[in-house]
Amino acid sequence: MADVAHDPQAPLTLFERIWRQHRIAEEANGTAVLAVDRIFLHERTGSIALKNLRERGYPIHDPARVFCTMDHIVDTRPGRGDDTSMPGGRQFILETRTAARAAGITLFDVNDPDQGIVHVVSPELGIVLPGTTVVCPDSHTCTQGAAGSLAWGIGSTEAEEALATGTLRVRKPKTLRATFHGSLPAGVSAKDLSLALISRYGSAGGNGCVVEYAGAAVRGLDMESRFTLCNMTTEFSAVTGLIAPDEQTFAYLQGRRYAPRGEQWARAVASWRSLVTDEAAVFEREITIDVTHMAPMVTWGTNPSQAVPVTEVVPAFEDSGATREAYDRALSYMSLQPGVRLADVKIDAAFIGSCTNSRLSDLRRAARVLAGRHVAPGVKAVCVPGSSAVKRSAEAEGLDSIFNAAGFEWRLSGCSMCFYAGGESFGHQQRVVSSTNRNFENRQGPQTRTHIASPETVAASAIAGFIADARTLVN
Amino acid sequence: MESLWPLTAVAVPLMRANVDTDAIIPSREIKKVGKTGLAEGLFAGWRYRGIGTRDVDPEFVLNKPQYAGARILLGGDNFGCGSSREHAVWALHECGFRAIVAPSFAPIFFGNCIRNGVLPATLAGDSVAQLAVIVEAAPTRNLVTVDLERREVSAPGAAPYQFTIDAESREMLLQGLDPLALAIKRRPAIEAFLARDRSERPWVYLQ
Repeated sequence: MADVAHDPQAPLTLFERIWRQHRIAEEANGTAVLAVDRIFLHERTGSIALKNLRERGYPIHDPARVFCTMDHIVDTRPGRGDDTSMPGGRQFILETRTAARAAGITLFDVNDPDQGIVHVVSPELGIVLPGTTVVCPDSHTCTQGAAGSLAWGIGSTEAEEALATGTLRVRKPKTLRATFHGSLPAGVSAKDLSLALISRYGSAGGNGCVVEYAGAAVRGLDMESRFTLCNMTTEFSAVTGLIAPDEQTFAYLQGRRYAPRGEQWARAVASWRSLVTDEAAVFEREITIDVTHMAPMVTWGTNPSQAVPVTEVVPAFEDSGATREAYDRALSYMSLQPGVRLADVKIDAAFIGSCTNSRLSDLRRAARVLAGRHVAPGVKAVCVPGSSAVKRSAEAEGLDSIFNAAGFEWRLSGCSMCFYAGGESFGHQQRVVSSTNRNFENRQGPQTRTHIASPETVAASAIAGFIADARTLVN
Repeated sequence: MESLWPLTAVAVPLMRANVDTDAIIPSREIKKVGKTGLAEGLFAGWRYRGIGTRDVDPEFVLNKPQYAGARILLGGDNFGCGSSREHAVWALHECGFRAIVAPSFAPIFFGNCIRNGVLPATLAGDSVAQLAVIVEAAPTRNLVTVDLERREVSAPGAAPYQFTIDAESREMLLQGLDPLALAIKRRPAIEAFLARDRSERPWVYLQ
């Protein structure tokens, strides 16, 4: 393949544009040192980076571009303080607070009005901007690529490097464009798009790539749905995902706290309009999917690629795309048999939350399903808004009343039971339909069986007491 | 300091696809803010019978006596997927692992390995499977050699398989370099970049 890196006339992908803008040095094999515009930390992994830097005496290069939130293990039950349901969690919160204050970075503390899940808070406050590079020691940082940024998850040691230098040494990813044609049928949302993609191409289907989402169906998504779509890109083993910014992106960001204002705003938007993939640009891989006949998707196994339409059955081995060992293991863990209709799978719990699906529009869609109904007897149902701001907005329009009346717990913002850290969980062998991103073994609790789905599917399932198709409840 | 490479050691085959970092170290095993004290939590969900217990499951491959002292792990596709938690690599390192050989790695896990003295060597699936067969036949006798200098993995009866790795990562692993100390040396280049960038993209800079 021709080396386009040094030809100024060559057509470029959006990714290549942002890469070049931030490239400080590049090695022959494409590995580069990139400038990092925004660094986000949270109390679970960011605390370690801050602590280690302080112990080694390295100051933060530019504290103004570093933000930290308490989301991962913070309690989500009403009236919370620094104590957590996870044993020892308090220490993570205290150490993060101390380190963040000492470093002079912006902290969204436990009961701060701006507190929330990092990937919900960042766009909400206009911290991520089109064309910026954003890193966070959190795999779901890819979420933020929906704002037209190059945002990717890193480790704690990489975070130290970014904090101390404002740069990071990065292996250049391959490029993949995933084009979604057609218009989404009613009742099908961004989560379903993502599960359809991953189930078709596998959990490693985007390995090592930066995925640009394109096509009419992606253009048609609102900003919050775009965040959902990009969020799941890490479950595709990709480095990250991104969507070219458009008028909708600019409208979403305008006026947000950290977004530019006045003359700077006009100048920024003028620049952002050039953040496109040229028509003649070449991707190393191309995937196209027609969404016209897509249905809501639900996982049946223990990784996100093991998903089928909600109207289907647990697939036979031959149709599963898994190896024999992985297939048997998944069915055994999930306690399912091939050929069982998903609609006949009884559930114990329902969870709406996480950086994937906890934004206002997610809660609205779930509330439409729940309005005037009640969760089935014996089903534990929990809703955790993605940020304190989402919670306030939802309450302002009465969504909390709908969730409460339907029998859902209405929580404070945080990652909550998306993962089990030794505190709260759904319990041994409990079956949960969840709007989260990972159905790994033991992810949501010891032997907990997770079925990932959209918030509307979770809501419908909570009502039915079985995995259910929301389209039968809402027109 | 004597170089670790080439590394010849017992290799343990864990030939499952999509081994995620929640499996490598469950979140509940991350009890303190720090990079150490994680060895006990490695593969806790598989290594022990029962959540939170230390009741060793003799059936799990890492618990089998023939794999004691293993320093190389043979894995499946998409090894290290899921959470970015670097604890997964710290736990593997603390348990003695210095190389993981697999058909593909999740990107964040790959980067975490490089910065922590663990080599992620990518070989074709067939080659890893072949190595696993050889190892399983006689784990303590059929040692695997990972030669970082030559970028090769070999075992008795298996031709050396080549892997690729970029130059700086290789140097970092070969010489045990500290990534942060290396990065700090870039500062002059960074300041020059920022001076230019600030005038081109002033809206990016926060006060």
